[in-house]
Parts: sequence; C-alpha cells; structure tokens
Amino acid sequence: MNIIKFLDSLSAPELLKTPVSRRTGLKSLRQKGKELALVSIPFALAATSKKTSAATMAMPAAMFQASPTDVLKFALTLEYLERDFYQMGLDSGVIPVTDRDVFGLIRDHESSHVNLLVAALADDAFEAPEFDFSGGLGLTPFTNYAQFLALAQGFEDTGVRAYKGQAGALANNDTLLEYALQIHSVEARHASQVRRMRGEKGWITKNNHTLGGTFDAVYAGEENTVQLGVELAGRFPNFGGVDAVTEAFDEPLTMAEVNAIASLFLA
Amino acid sequence: MKKPIFNVEFADQGPDGKLNSRRRFLKNTGLLVAGTGLFMYSCSDESPEEELLSADAAADRRAGKVFNLGKGDLAILNYAYVLEQLEAEYYRQVLEGSYWANASAEEKQILQDLYYHEVIHRDFLKVAISSVASPGKVAPDLIFDFSSVDFSDRSTVLTVAQILEDTGVSAYNGAGNLLENTDYLLVAGKIVSVEARHAAAIRDLIAPGTTNFASDDVLVDILGTGKAYDKATDPRDVLAAVAATGFLETKIIANNVPTN
Repeated sequence: MNIIKFLDSLSAPELLKTPVSRRTGLKSLRQKGKELALVSIPFALAATSKKTSAATMAMPAAMFQASPTDVLKFALTLEYLERDFYQMGLDSGVIPVTDRDVFGLIRDHESSHVNLLVAALADDAFEAPEFDFSGGLGLTPFTNYAQFLALAQGFEDTGVRAYKGQAGALANNDTLLEYALQIHSVEARHASQVRRMRGEKGWITKNNHTLGGTFDAVYAGEENTVQLGVELAGRFPNFGGVDAVTEAFDEPLTMAEVNAIASLFLA
Repeated sequence: MKKPIFNVEFADQGPDGKLNSRRRFLKNTGLLVAGTGLFMYSCSDESPEEELLSADAAADRRAGKVFNLGKGDLAILNYAYVLEQLEAEYYRQVLEGSYWANASAEEKQILQDLYYHEVIHRDFLKVAISSVASPGKVAPDLIFDFSSVDFSDRSTVLTVAQILEDTGVSAYNGAGNLLENTDYLLVAGKIVSVEARHAAAIRDLIAPGTTNFASDDVLVDILGTGKAYDKATDPRDVLAAVAATGFLETKIIANNVPTN
C-alpha cells in the first residue's frame, strides 16, 4: 500500500470540514530495524487543521504548495544528483587521497538519503535520471578538482535551501517533517565542510560566493536581513553587523528556483 | 578590548516598578511571607490575586533564578531562547579567554563568528517572543556558571563548543514538528542549518580534514538506511542534558512544553 497516495486521498475537501487539532492522530512511531515497508509506518492518516501562518494567509491563491509526495520526489532527484556526482568524483580519481574520506562519507550520506526517500515514496519512486555534470557550461569537474569542489559547494548549499523551502509543505506530517529536518542539517554540515575546504567560511555571507556568475541563483536571497518581520540590519554594529546578520540565518529557495539550478545538470 | 555584553538596542527594560512598590507594600503591612510556601510558578495568566501571592515568584523569575517555559509555541520559542542565551554566554567567555587570545587567525575568526551568530539568534528570539508574550512570559536573563571550563585550554573549549552546537542542532530538529505556526517552523529551519554549519566547523577544527565534521558518533540511523541523519531530540531530553552540564543555574520548568 502506498501510504503517501492514501494520505493525499484523505486530503479531499470534504474531510477538511471537521477541523482536527494538528497533533491528534499524528503521533509517529519509530520503526526500528531494517523494515523499510511503508505500510508498517503509521504516517499521518488524516488531514489536519490548517497551520496558522500570517504569511500563508496573505499568499495569493496561485501560490503553490507541494504535496508531501511532490516534496519527496523533489528531494529524491536532488539526492540522486548529489550521490551520483560524488560517486563519479570518487571513481574518476579527481579527488586527492587526503580528501577521499570526506567525500566518501558525503557520498555515503547521500546514498542513505536516496534509499530513505525511495522507501518513503514506494510506488511513486523512480530511478536516477541521467546527469550531465558539465552543466552545459563546459565544466570538467571530474578532471578539474577546483571545479569539483565548487560544484560540491553549490550542490550542498542548494540542498540546504531546498529542504528548508519545503518544511512548510511537510508541516502537517510530523514524521516526514522530522526526517526532512534530520537530512537538512546533515547537508548543512556537508556544505560547511566543503566551503571551508575551498577557503570560504562555513556560513554564507550576504549573497557572496565564488562559484561564478552562472551560480548566482544558489545564493540569491541570502542577503536577507528581515526575520519574522524584524529588521535586524543595523542592530548589531558590535556583533559583526550586516555580514553576521546574514550569516546567522540560511534562507529557503522555492521548488522552482531549485529546479532551475538542478536542471542545468540534467542530461 | 573587552567585548560588549549587551547590545544597546536590546537592553533590558528593568524591573517592573509596579511590582516593586507592591512588594514594599506587602513588607510594610507584614503580609510578605518569606520562604516558598506562597510561591506560585504558574504558567497560566495570573489574576491580580495570584499576582499578589506570587510576588516573590515573579521576583525570582526576573532575577533569573527560575523560569517556566510556558506552553505551545511560546514554550518552544522560549526553549530556543534559553539555548541561544547559553551559547552566546559561552562564546562570550571563550573570547575573553587566553586560548582564543592566542589562537590562530582561522580559529579566532570561527569562534568570533559563532559568538556573533548566537548573540544575533538570542536577541532576535527575545524580540520575537516579546512581541507576542507579556514580559513575565519571556525568559529572563539566565544565570550561567562556566567555572568548570578551562578557557585557556583549546581542547576543552572546542569540545564544549562541539557539544553545544551538536545539541543545538538536535534541539531545533526535535522542536520542528512541535511548532504550530509555520512561520516559526521556517525561522527555526533558518537557524538550525547555521548551527549545523557551526558544528561541522568546530568538529573539523578538532580533527581537521577527517570525517569528524559529520561522523557516526553524532549521527543516527533512520529505518536502516544508515547513519546519515542528525538527531532530533525532545525538548525535555535536551533540557535534562543541559542541566547535567551544570552550566545553567537557572531552574527551567518545562512541564507544559509540547512533546511527541
């Protein structure tokens, strides 16, 4: 049984007429052991009441929020991209021996993430697409290590922003949301490490980057200084100023923005 | 140069003058009873009578001796604010210590950035919580005790930093699905990835160029796919771990904090 399809079918409008408080019936149980079949994981079975959000109230009707299935598929494509990129990098010999442990670990993590998402999607899972890591830009990351590192940074920083952008879409599924957060912070660890291997800070300052103009989109919006309606710029002159304010918060990307970046690398 | 502790923009407003005069009144009329008998650390809205009886409770709260996190999203935000206060104060002391003073340029920059970020997180959370909660429901300035930490020792400083950052990641991850308001969920998401960047950097300083930045010792498995995930820890478990460090003197009451 495909739990996600079942879940989506229960989001039918007639079921939303009886509001249910967000947390009732949503308790997730941890599945121990190697059992990956979704049927034994009691994901949320009923649509929950609408989450409160001034932002979503103000959203135009045309604003799209993905279903949990859409989010998982979106995430799976990105994890395939990363997994295959790192695997090809390791296979190619472009990575110096001193850095192989780091990229081996990152590859292992992305592979695990792929497997989790495939299991969660069940019948909606798909095979890895074909990737072209030249990006259609003549890049040669598997012979040019500097390019490999640059793309790695781009993929990791994009991945962090991609998951962050979908947290809201998973908000009504306690289990999936938690899994997504647990993946998201690991991608941030990856990003920090790769950035510092390139001589950058582990965190993002404004929308600055050294990946070349094509990749401005990876950092667009990171210069934001307003959080929950509070303008933080100018409030911390003795604590790193605007640079630190932008470093202290990572910003989301929408699904469309992420797909625009990822599509450069789809064959 | 001594690092400033408070940013002037966010300086405390000071104790509630009204309550002080009530307390003087109680003393003068002999109604003030010392001791714990009449203290009420209530998390519900106080009636005037309750306010009168809990005059000392409120004073203890304002003095940072005790704080009840509250319930719902407010409790989660206060919880995050507590953790950010802890981190900010820790790094403030790191920057006053001799290890930092003599550290490499890279390590000085990293630890200074961590300090700045945690101060920003802390002060932002205070503003955010204060905009939706009355002053008595906002965590006070907490009391810390880092006397057990040798700030002259690099290994100690980095190890404690690692613990704080890893704990912060697991705390935010564990709080995500406890929040009702998706605006709060998003801002928690914006902070947690930065804490994870911090954690990775500190871990790499400890064991440079290795897998330590995201090693098996800090990650957990999900459904047998392998240790590729950060922990998501329940607030009460995080608070128990914090209490066990001895770094936080303030008694935190979490009886109404949301849980799974």
